Amino acid sequence: MRFIFKTRYEQDLQFFKDVPTACSYALLGAALLAAPWVVSEYYQTQLVFVFIYGIVGFGLMLLAGFTGQMSMGHAAFLAIGAYAEAYFQARGMPFVVSAPLAMLLSAAAGVAIGLPALRLSGLYLAIATLAFGFIVEEVLARWESVTGGNGGMMVAPLKLFGGTLNSSWGFYYLCLVLVVLVGVAMVNLLRSPTGRALIAIRDSEISAQSMGVHLARFKTLSFAFSAAITGLAGALYAHQIKFLSPEQFTVLVSIEFLMMVVIGGLGSLHGAIFGAMFIILLPEAISTAKDYLPDAVADQTGLKATLFGIIMILFVVFEPRGLYGTWVKVHAYFSLFPLYKRGMFRRQRAYTRSERVH
Amino acid sequence: MIDAAQLLISGAAIGCIYALIALGFVLIYKATEVVNFAQGDVMMLAAFVAFSFASLLDLGFWASLPLAILVMAVFGAAFDRVLLRPIIGMPTFSAVMITLAAGFAMRGIASMIPGWGTDTHSFKAPWSDEVIRMGPVIVSTDHLAILAVTALLCVGLYLFFKGTRVGMAMQAASQNQLAAYYMGIPVRSINTLIWAIAASVAALAAVLLAPITFVHNNMGFIGIKAFPAAVVGGFGSIPGAIVGGLIIGWVEAFAGFYLPEGFKDVAAYVVVLLVLVIRPSGIFGQMRRKKV
Repeated sequence: MRFIFKTRYEQDLQFFKDVPTACSYALLGAALLAAPWVVSEYYQTQLVFVFIYGIVGFGLMLLAGFTGQMSMGHAAFLAIGAYAEAYFQARGMPFVVSAPLAMLLSAAAGVAIGLPALRLSGLYLAIATLAFGFIVEEVLARWESVTGGNGGMMVAPLKLFGGTLNSSWGFYYLCLVLVVLVGVAMVNLLRSPTGRALIAIRDSEISAQSMGVHLARFKTLSFAFSAAITGLAGALYAHQIKFLSPEQFTVLVSIEFLMMVVIGGLGSLHGAIFGAMFIILLPEAISTAKDYLPDAVADQTGLKATLFGIIMILFVVFEPRGLYGTWVKVHAYFSLFPLYKRGMFRRQRAYTRSERVH
Repeated sequence: MIDAAQLLISGAAIGCIYALIALGFVLIYKATEVVNFAQGDVMMLAAFVAFSFASLLDLGFWASLPLAILVMAVFGAAFDRVLLRPIIGMPTFSAVMITLAAGFAMRGIASMIPGWGTDTHSFKAPWSDEVIRMGPVIVSTDHLAILAVTALLCVGLYLFFKGTRVGMAMQAASQNQLAAYYMGIPVRSINTLIWAIAASVAALAAVLLAPITFVHNNMGFIGIKAFPAAVVGGFGSIPGAIVGGLIIGWVEAFAGFYLPEGFKDVAAYVVVLLVLVIRPSGIFGQMRRKKV
């Protein structure tokens, strides 16, 4: 393993740790830029979904992974972003205006649910966000003049500035640029005082408070940021799906998002992207595997849910740091070869303090 | 007035179903501090098990009821032993994710079992489809059965927790696990037993609910409505679960009748948000600050 001796303060401020890291990201970027010319239309669409879910993952990761606030209603923020985008685009606004508006609306909803959430923690917060998710879902189904109700709503073709963006590769690049922007923003947020405050809240509210972190302000801020990012993903989602209806934003979707960040690896930005890749690849893998499975199993719709649940359980029990944890281990194995020791990442048995008051 | 009386009874009956599921949450939460997000799916599974005994194996209602309760008790104990024992000591979040994932897996597996599938199956109790007239008010026997069984179960649980050694041990374990452990109470086995009881209560709820809503793969979603019931009552309080369930049941019944369409489905969640804003620990919860 390479050890970097830091000799200048600027090295602490560098975006990438060292030159090889920067190079590997540059390679990944080049591959993604070249992708529309190399891969088929189908895989390009799948990549767009990875980007969109990746943005959702960033948003939820900020809240659940870095602030420690569990949200079971993130599909609601996605829905607000998507419907707002569709509504504003239908009124003739270009994407550069409508997407920020969608983000703002979503952030406002985030603040609205964040305010009562200040007094809540853990389980109660989960249930409050769950309730919020249900209420939003019902509003979408009933507010027919804006959302089209249960009948759904068509999304107009994307207008970026003035003209419409018809090509699928154009949309691919838009999503790519936005996911990179959000990723960079997240990295910078997390190393700013605000981000540090959020992480302090996650680790211990009481010690964060005694270090001068204003809990209410930062928790609300975290909700607002998270909702805004998810709202942006919603705006892209609207254009990708082209047809919105309330059943795309149920509580099950929120739970899937939560599983996505946990499988990816709670508390790491890579985890958000890994989780998004997992959630897109799983149905793909199932449809490939179907040819080899007995008919009784292969014909069933429940296969995805079953596998999803079982994989999730295995991750929580055996690899709580998710796919990112696996990645770190594999990486360490190769960079230390042949000196990797099995006990290197052994977890210490943790004993959490009871959440109850006695 | 007659409308109101009618709503009062049907609301109470549905409320009792919420209460029975909430009871499952509360029993488990009190003992193990785990919130079982799969409780609704456990109930779905119980309904399918009872349906299998009654219709597929043709055993009749009175034989399949105790069998279903027994099977679910074993299932609940196994659930705790296999899934939750390995994660003792991990953050609450892990347990939440495990139960959520287990709910997904249970729904998926149930939909793949031949004879169960994603179809709707009818399941009738011997008393189903009758009505009793009390003056102008009409009460369905299904609703009456729910009310009676819930009341009986409450009395039974009360006697169990107050009167038996195991019940006392459970109370001790839920108040302070460490102290209970020092006193020689086998806390982990007690937890497994609690899971068995909670799953049996879910089986009872399933058998009572199935004649009204039929047996189908998504019936477990009613469990999500039972959360508000548990929260309104104050998570961790058994009388609270019953009262919370009744409140949610009534609010839903009255909102469905007097308010425009759509309010019925969200009424429970509006109530729970209000309760969380005004009194976060619920009606029966104790307000205390956590000590560092």
